[in-house]
Amino acid sequence: MANFTRRKFIQVAGGAAAASSLGFPAIVGAASKKVVIVGGGTAGATAAKYIRMADSSVDVTIVEPNEHYYTCYMSNEVLSGHRTIDSIRVSYDGLKGHGVKVVHDTVVDIDAAGKMVKTAGGQTLAYDRCIVAPGISLKDNIEGYDDAAMEAMPHAWKAGEQTVLLRKQLEAMPDGGVVLIAAPPNPFRCPPGPYERACQIAMYLQAKKPKSKVMIVDAKDKFSKKGLFTQAFDKYFKGTIEWVPGKDTGGGVVRVDAASGTLYTGDGKEHKADVANVIPAQQAGAIAIKAGLTNDSGWCPIDGRSFESTIHKGVHVIGDASISKPLPKSGYAANSEGKVAAAAVVAMLKGEEPGDPALVNTCYSIVGPNDAISVAMVYDLKEGKLSKVEGSGGLTPTDSPPEMRARDVQYAYSWYDNIVHDSFG
Amino acid sequence: MSCNKKALAALIGSIFVVSATQAMAGASAKAMADTCAGCHGTNGQSVGPATPNLAGMSEGYFIESMQGFKALPKGATHAEDARPATIMNRIAKGYSDEQIEAMGAYFASLPVYKAKVPHDPAKAKTGAEIYDKGCAKCHDEGGALPDDDAGILAGQWLPWMEFSMADFKSGHREMPKSMKKQVNKLSDAELAAVLHYFASQQ
Repeated sequence: MANFTRRKFIQVAGGAAAASSLGFPAIVGAASKKVVIVGGGTAGATAAKYIRMADSSVDVTIVEPNEHYYTCYMSNEVLSGHRTIDSIRVSYDGLKGHGVKVVHDTVVDIDAAGKMVKTAGGQTLAYDRCIVAPGISLKDNIEGYDDAAMEAMPHAWKAGEQTVLLRKQLEAMPDGGVVLIAAPPNPFRCPPGPYERACQIAMYLQAKKPKSKVMIVDAKDKFSKKGLFTQAFDKYFKGTIEWVPGKDTGGGVVRVDAASGTLYTGDGKEHKADVANVIPAQQAGAIAIKAGLTNDSGWCPIDGRSFESTIHKGVHVIGDASISKPLPKSGYAANSEGKVAAAAVVAMLKGEEPGDPALVNTCYSIVGPNDAISVAMVYDLKEGKLSKVEGSGGLTPTDSPPEMRARDVQYAYSWYDNIVHDSFG
Repeated sequence: MSCNKKALAALIGSIFVVSATQAMAGASAKAMADTCAGCHGTNGQSVGPATPNLAGMSEGYFIESMQGFKALPKGATHAEDARPATIMNRIAKGYSDEQIEAMGAYFASLPVYKAKVPHDPAKAKTGAEIYDKGCAKCHDEGGALPDDDAGILAGQWLPWMEFSMADFKSGHREMPKSMKKQVNKLSDAELAAVLHYFASQQ
C-alpha cells in the first residue's frame, strides 16, 4: 500500500472507486500510520487502546504469543483460593473492539533501522513507530533453576500455568509442611508481590493446614511496605510466616536441586521445603535484549517524556522492561506508561512534540482477612527526568482503623476491575 | 428550578470547556485525568464495584473533593475540615490548585455516566419516597444533575455511597446543614434505602 500512488490505486480499484468518488480522497489521504506493539500485557494493551481512542486513523497491531492474558496482579489470590485462575484471564476481544489488530505470534527481531518487526511465524510487519512491552525475563542467578526445576519449584512470577502449578502444590501439601518463598533481589516486577503472596498463602494454610509454615528467604534486607507487612505478619500470621533477610543467609537462595527438593543459600546452608516458590532475579523481556534495547543493567533506558528508547529511535519501551525509575515495575505504572507512550506516539506521528507526561502508581496488597494496604505516588517530568511530585504519595498509615483497611479491600477489587478494563476493555 | 439549573449548567459548561482546552504549562488536563482511570475507569466511567464514577461531575464538586483530600494529613484517615480517605489524600497532594481545576473542568466536560450498579429494587422503591421528600431539592434528577454541585449519585457505586454515608454519620465528613437535618430524621434502614434508590437511577 505504501508504494501505491493515487493514480495506480484508481486504476486498480476501477469503477468502484469512481462510483464513490466523494469518499475516495479521504481514503487515500488517510494512508494510515502504522504502530506495531510487541507484547500484549498491561502496558502494551493500554498503549494500543489509547492510541486508537486518540486517533482512530492509526493502524495498531499487537503481536502477542498468548491467546489470553493472565494478570499478575491478583494472581496471589489464586494461590490462596480466594479467586479462580479464570477470574484473572483476560481476552483480547476488547482491544479488537477498538480496532486493534491482534496477531498471536512471537517477535524474533526488531529492525529499528529498517522499521520492521519479524515474527517466528514468518511475518514481517513494517511500522512508523514501534512500542516494545515484553515485560520481564528471568535471570539465571540461581544455579540449577532450569526448565525442570521451574516445574518442580514454580516461580509463578508470570501468571497462568505457573500460578496453577503452585496452587496445585499448595493443595497437595500435607498439614505441617513448609512453603519456602525465595524472594528476588531488586529491581523486580511487583515489589510488594512476594510478601503479599506470603500473606495469601498463609491465609489458605491457616484455614486448611494450620500446622504449616511459610518461610520467606529473601535476597534483600528490606522490601516494599516492610513496616505494614511486618505488622500484618505479627497480627495475623505469628508463628506461620517467617521472613529471613539476605544478610542472615549470605544473600538468599543461590542454588537449587530440583530432583531432591533442596535449596541452598549463599552461606552454604541446605533447606528442604514441601513447596518451593523460587523467584529468580529479573531483567527485561528476551526480545528487548535481543533487539539491543537494554543497557548493562539488563533493562531499557528511555526518555521520560515519550518513553522512546535512548538507544533506538522510533522504538518506545514501556512497562516492566523500561527503566522508568522512580516508578516501580507495577501494573498501574505499566498502564500509566502505556498512556504516556500512546499520547507521545500519536503526537510524533503527526510531527508534533509530545506534551509533558503525567503518571501515577497505586498498588494494593491484601494482607489479611478484610485488610488491605496501599502505596501510591504521583510523578511528573522535572528537568527531563521522571520524578516524584514532592509531597505526594506514601503508604497506608500503620494505625489506620480496621474499617478503613476493609474499605481498601473493596478499593483493591475496584482497582483490579478498572485497571483490567482500562487496559484491555 | 431545574430548567434554570440546566441553562446555567450549559453556560458554565461552555466556559469550563474553554478553560480546559487552554494551553498550560505541564501535562494536559486529559493526560492527568487519564491517570485516574486505573481506579475510576476509562474516561471516569468506573466498572466498580466500589470506586466512584467521575464522568460528568461538576467542576465545583471535583475541586471541593480534591481540596478536601489535599487537606487530610498523610498518616490520617480523617481530620477536621478534610475529606476522609484511605488513599486519595496521598494522591491529591500531587496536584497544584490549577491542576485540580483543570482536571475538574475536564471531568465536567464529559457526559454524566450512570453505571449498572447492582441494587435491591424493593429498597430503591422505599428510598424513592424518602428521596422525593428529603433529598430531591439538592440532588435533583435522581442525583444526576451536575450543577447541584453535590456529586453524581445516580448510577453511582453503592459501596462508595455507603462509605460516604458512614463518614457523614460518624461526623468524619461534614454535612451541609440542610442535609444534616434530613439525615437525622432517617433510620439506618431508610438511609440505606435512599442509597439503593440513587444506585437504581441508571
